[in-house]
Amino acid sequence: MSIVSAAQALVGVNPVPWARVQMAFTLACHIILVPLGVSWAFMTLIANYRGLKKHEPESLLLAQRWSKYMAVTFAVGAVSGTVLTFEFGLLWPRFMGQWGDAFGVPFAFEGIFFFLEAIFISIYIYGWRRLSPWAHFWTGVPVVLSGILGAASVVAANAWMNEPSGFTLDSAGNITSVDPWGVIFNKAMPLQALHMIVAAYVVGGFLIASVYAMGLLRGRRDRYHRIGFLIPFTVAIIFSPIQMLVGDALARWVYANQPVKFAAIELVPNTASDVPETLLGHLNADGSVTGGIPIPGLASWLSDPSTGKATVVQGLNTVPVENQPTIAEVNVVHLGWDVMVGLGTFLALLSAWYALSWLFRRDMPKSRWFLRIAASTGVLAVITMEAGWIVTEVGRQPWIVYNLMRVEDAATGNTGVWLTFLGVFALYIGVAVTLILVLRLMSRRYRGTTDGDDDVPYGPRPRPHLDERPVG
Amino acid sequence: MSTAAAVVLFIGVMAYAVFGGADFGAGFWDLIAGGADRGARPRAVIEHAIGPVWEANHVWLIFTFVVLWTCFPEAYASITLTVFVPLTIAALGIVLRGSGFAFRKAVTRTSSKRNFGAAFASSSVIVPYCMGAVVGAIASGRIPAGGVAGDPWGSWINPTSILGGVMAVVMAAYLASVYMVWDARRLADDSMVEYFRRRAVVAAVVAGVVAFAGIFVLHHDAPYLYEGLTSRALPVVILSALCGAGSLYLLLRRSHRLARVLAAGAVATIVLGWGIGQWDCVLPTSLTVAQAAAPSGTITAVLVATALAVVLLGPSFVLLYTLDQRSLLPGEGVRDQASAGSSGS
Repeated sequence: MSIVSAAQALVGVNPVPWARVQMAFTLACHIILVPLGVSWAFMTLIANYRGLKKHEPESLLLAQRWSKYMAVTFAVGAVSGTVLTFEFGLLWPRFMGQWGDAFGVPFAFEGIFFFLEAIFISIYIYGWRRLSPWAHFWTGVPVVLSGILGAASVVAANAWMNEPSGFTLDSAGNITSVDPWGVIFNKAMPLQALHMIVAAYVVGGFLIASVYAMGLLRGRRDRYHRIGFLIPFTVAIIFSPIQMLVGDALARWVYANQPVKFAAIELVPNTASDVPETLLGHLNADGSVTGGIPIPGLASWLSDPSTGKATVVQGLNTVPVENQPTIAEVNVVHLGWDVMVGLGTFLALLSAWYALSWLFRRDMPKSRWFLRIAASTGVLAVITMEAGWIVTEVGRQPWIVYNLMRVEDAATGNTGVWLTFLGVFALYIGVAVTLILVLRLMSRRYRGTTDGDDDVPYGPRPRPHLDERPVG
Repeated sequence: MSTAAAVVLFIGVMAYAVFGGADFGAGFWDLIAGGADRGARPRAVIEHAIGPVWEANHVWLIFTFVVLWTCFPEAYASITLTVFVPLTIAALGIVLRGSGFAFRKAVTRTSSKRNFGAAFASSSVIVPYCMGAVVGAIASGRIPAGGVAGDPWGSWINPTSILGGVMAVVMAAYLASVYMVWDARRLADDSMVEYFRRRAVVAAVVAGVVAFAGIFVLHHDAPYLYEGLTSRALPVVILSALCGAGSLYLLLRRSHRLARVLAAGAVATIVLGWGIGQWDCVLPTSLTVAQAAAPSGTITAVLVATALAVVLLGPSFVLLYTLDQRSLLPGEGVRDQASAGSSGS
């Protein structure tokens, strides 16, 4: 009988936590590809520009190769994005059924930018040796623009969940009219979109640079690797301090508009002034905070410097308990916040080191330690971004649409979600591990040989019989 | 208004059937191409045909989903609630297919190639089957509206869904074989032209037979669609049959370029026939297009976005096509050779 009861227990598994875990997992994977899709084209164009202006063959070679890697990243992102479009419905059918007509609007525009980006990546890859050099350079610009606008559209949809607007409801809570403009340009959108786009440039820059930093560390100190490091690293370094300013503005916006999320970020159970900024530490069920290093009054001061330590920070208790994130969720949000701010500050300090070195020596820091740290910035930047995304998503709990729909009311009733999660998890991990193995195999095989034009998604069709005349 | 949104939605479905269908069909031929030696040459043509657009055609699926959930949110919610299982299999299959294809290209050992190839090819058959089964579930009225889930298994394991699934696989195989006759010609591989031409003829005949048999299935199992197909959608059904017969004739005459156009036309019109056949329901018998439609503000936004897409993407496609036809210029850039020590990237 125990087998039967076990089977019954499995059939009756609550889908809500599994739906949350599956969505979080697939989004966490997809978001790693996003910065590359958004910012790589910009760095490719810098390399292209340098190559043409300074007649630098290494820069042109980098631009040419990056355009191909970009295409591969874009294709993988298209697949993981396809999975997400399935999941919106499969995991959150009631959310989509009720709010799809508002939430969906930004995606309609995102679709255009997605198509445009795909076509112009294609045109850019085709354009090598088919267009005049400068005409070809300009075909890359739409890739940069559509990447930025596409990211802004998707973030608009997410921001709408934080700050739903642009619709009217009847007494039963159904949408009766939609103002598309009001949906897209909801109040959370401008800063949230800016924060994500700048993040894409920071993370994309550090990710690419860290690969070349590794090459430099292994002694490949040629011009090709140097330029391959300097272009993306400089981009990331410029955007890092900007990101601190944008993030600061966004935090203050959250303070003013999403007090519960802010209370979770700062571990504030009860409304108070003179709130300390607690580094690490956690909130207990009784409302006390243990562990961590409190910096007296700093959270209040940062929230509104004009009133300083007297600034009142609203606590979790401003809303009924059932509308607050759970204690565990509060601690996740707080930890995510600490990780994001901590690593973000570290990356900005690294910028300062690099900037000073350029100012005084007209070169990047010579220390091997600099290269070692630079090689790790890719991973660190990804962790920073993931932490920030956790803050905004977990901080909204228990709502999927802030103050309008709870997560458990949005989820599917299909009890098999735990199974689909296991399937998705196993598949993604399998693909990731295989990818690493295959890439290592390839790099070993290709070392010192040519890599041709073909085999690139969105690239020209290989023409084995026609394409062999020498060029250059 | 809601009619315009439904038209846009169906343009997406047709485009996915024609472009995505050909990609899936290529996987079908890959699956049955035989052992590593015998199948090597057809697989080379298949890789050549899919390579440049690897997974790009899923943009049509994403487009369709976005229009569906934005303009007809209740329909999208009802579909995903009820046919949870085949849609989940399809989503996983899409990942497996894309990665299997990419990895097979990247590895060299025969056994590895075989494993990745099997993942790619078998999911290329399973995914369209699942999609066709979902169409069958919708068309036979097995998806209830109103936020309740229908039968999680019976909704997609039934005569109409099996018909839909088989139809999707057969049509994909038919399209792909006709396209690959053309690809083999571009590769100047005459024996492969003949190889795929023979298969295209067989697939065309099988597709015709399945479609014909389908009429009886629908008569018993999906009366609403059957009624529509034999009345308002009849001209489209006849057009589809003519396209199919025409492409078969042209294949036999070895007029490959036009055969491609007619094959795509046959598939597109079958999908269109389904749409017109179940008009004016989005979920037959339980939800009409007008009932499911989003408020006018949303639909206007989607139509504006679509118009914008046509204006922006049309010229871009023309530019891409021109570049494809253009020969290489000498001069710009560098021939992509790894200069010494530059391979760590």
